[in-house]
Amino acid sequence: MAPIFRNLRELYRYRVLIQNLVVRELKARYRGSVLGFLWSFFNPLLLMIVYTAVFGLIITPRDPDFESKPLVYALYLFCGILPWHWFASSTLESANVLMINGNLIKKILFPAEVLAVVTVTSNMIHFFFGLPIVLIFIPILGKTLTPYVLLLPVVVFVQYIFSLGFSLMISSLTVHFRDIKDILANWLTFWFFATPIVYPMTFSSIQKSAALRTILNLNPMTHIVQGYQYCLFYGSLFHWKRLGITLLASLALFIVGYLIFDRLRDSFPEEV
Amino acid sequence: MHAIEVDHVFRIYQKYSARHRFQTFKSALVKGDLFRALRPDELVTALDDVTLSVEKGQTFGVIGENGSGKSTLLKLIAGIAKPTKGEVRTQGKISALIELGAGFHPEITGRENIFINGIMLGLTKKEISAKFDDIVAFAELEEFIDAPVKTYSSGMYMRLGFAIAINVNPEILLIDEVLAVGDAAFVPRCLDRIDDFRRRKKTILFVSHDLTTVKKICDRVAWLKSGRVQMIGEPKRIVDAYLQDVAERQERSFERRQQEPAAAPDGQEERRENRWGKREIEITRVSLKNARGQERRVFTPEDSLVVEMDVVAHTPADDFVFGIGLFNSQGICCYGTNTQLEDYEAVSIQGEGKVVCRIETLSLVNGTYYLDVAIHKRDGYPYDYHRNLYSLLVSSTHKDVGIGRLAHGWSFSPGIGIKPPQG
Repeated sequence: MAPIFRNLRELYRYRVLIQNLVVRELKARYRGSVLGFLWSFFNPLLLMIVYTAVFGLIITPRDPDFESKPLVYALYLFCGILPWHWFASSTLESANVLMINGNLIKKILFPAEVLAVVTVTSNMIHFFFGLPIVLIFIPILGKTLTPYVLLLPVVVFVQYIFSLGFSLMISSLTVHFRDIKDILANWLTFWFFATPIVYPMTFSSIQKSAALRTILNLNPMTHIVQGYQYCLFYGSLFHWKRLGITLLASLALFIVGYLIFDRLRDSFPEEV
Repeated sequence: MHAIEVDHVFRIYQKYSARHRFQTFKSALVKGDLFRALRPDELVTALDDVTLSVEKGQTFGVIGENGSGKSTLLKLIAGIAKPTKGEVRTQGKISALIELGAGFHPEITGRENIFINGIMLGLTKKEISAKFDDIVAFAELEEFIDAPVKTYSSGMYMRLGFAIAINVNPEILLIDEVLAVGDAAFVPRCLDRIDDFRRRKKTILFVSHDLTTVKKICDRVAWLKSGRVQMIGEPKRIVDAYLQDVAERQERSFERRQQEPAAAPDGQEERRENRWGKREIEITRVSLKNARGQERRVFTPEDSLVVEMDVVAHTPADDFVFGIGLFNSQGICCYGTNTQLEDYEAVSIQGEGKVVCRIETLSLVNGTYYLDVAIHKRDGYPYDYHRNLYSLLVSSTHKDVGIGRLAHGWSFSPGIGIKPPQG
């Protein structure tokens, strides 16, 4: 365990580099596009419109929470899709990040985990860009912003640890098994629907089936996404016990991910 | 005081076989050998018990053929790779000119890349700001610094990379063959900067194939041969020993190539184009020798070239001319002569004989040359004409150009400040 802490201290020394790489990543992403940074707002907005159209208008929501209003349902969706988008794109990008930056790993001395940190962090910044939309729409749609919104950083922290652990694991394993990328795309679709994003846990079908509830509760993303929904949509306190356990699970994943990464580290310069 | 110490270092590369190369995660899971799949099954020794030390302020050269482990050694010293066994100790900040501009992002501007690259190389933002104008000026990119790097030419790219790396101001500078790509105007400026480093008593490790530069700027040189240190010592001695080794190998491989076509059954049919004449008088064998009578294919410009022809006259004759011609790889005749041009008078020839043409000093520039030998009548009717059938290699450290290497010397009036070559 000691080497992990030593490495993390080392990582801290590279914070300026991380910061600059994140900025570079954000700048490069929309460089040359007309709307530039606005895409960070538009992308989730467009996604929300699609989901609203499908689940709000075609398959109408039955849950009383949504008061049968498509726009309220859209808000609920948005609270889940935004953080999910952060998680999914950092996972997908981290599957490629070591290969794309192979040049750096081979030619410049710096800890490769910087790249995973940069991936998760730059996607988090993107997530932050999308948050104001939610905050604006909550009062517009007749919901109230409660002080519980201030607990958001706690949920963000849990998700950050979880995403980073997952990214470390994925990025290092993909160097050796290139097909993880393809498996991942399918797996993430499955995972998306196994997380209460398009439906709430209060659906009667879920409430009736203990097996279904157990499965959903075993998914760490369930509690993370619910954390956001409680802070933003419901405006009440999240299940802090469940989120606490999720944090422990995330830390465990982080340690496992880091150990795998560290174990494979020496093979990167030759394999990427 | 040692700036770099390499102590019994082994570097073994893990080579994953074709089977592993196409290993997939799925199949590894299915077969249940995930951890076995992550283990390499073939090992390549890139560095084999290498020990050397570089004193502070020394300029240390590393020479050797491609694949001899030079770059691996540099990477170990830079800390990019770790030794499999043994230890590398360094003192002071290291900057490695291994691949210039390795970290550039094509979409963002040169200005932004300078900052990010500088930070990667261990500078702080403040330091970069202070050196920014120097870097841009050295790279001659004032006009383009706010354009995305993807619009740069490869020369601009390289100049910017070099300018950043050299401005890191390290205690130890590692240089790996990066000067090979610079244009004629940029390379001298790079060498100036390197000289500047030497004057300021910084340690430099210089890997290069440019042996003249190595001899000129290095205090000590190590010669690596297939991962082992062959020799370490005074630059001239090491470079000469290395050249000797290269020449011997060239000789061997050249001979191998020569023997290959000869291995074809007689080869006369294929060679018809290159050999003609009715062979009333036949050239049965041609050999190229040096002054000491040893058969050679590789010569230096100072060597003698002795062309020996074994001839057989199947019918007696009194009209015959022996000739040779030497052509370079562009087909230009560098020298040609025959016995008629030199006013030898043919009287008679019968049965076997030997004709020797001795060129005292070859005096050709480096390159591959082809030899024509022929016996013909005075009016040009060929008995046996061998066109470009024999080749030889002229190899030396000289860099002069042209067709012939004319004997020459330089002298200057005292007012002109110019240093003779060293070494």
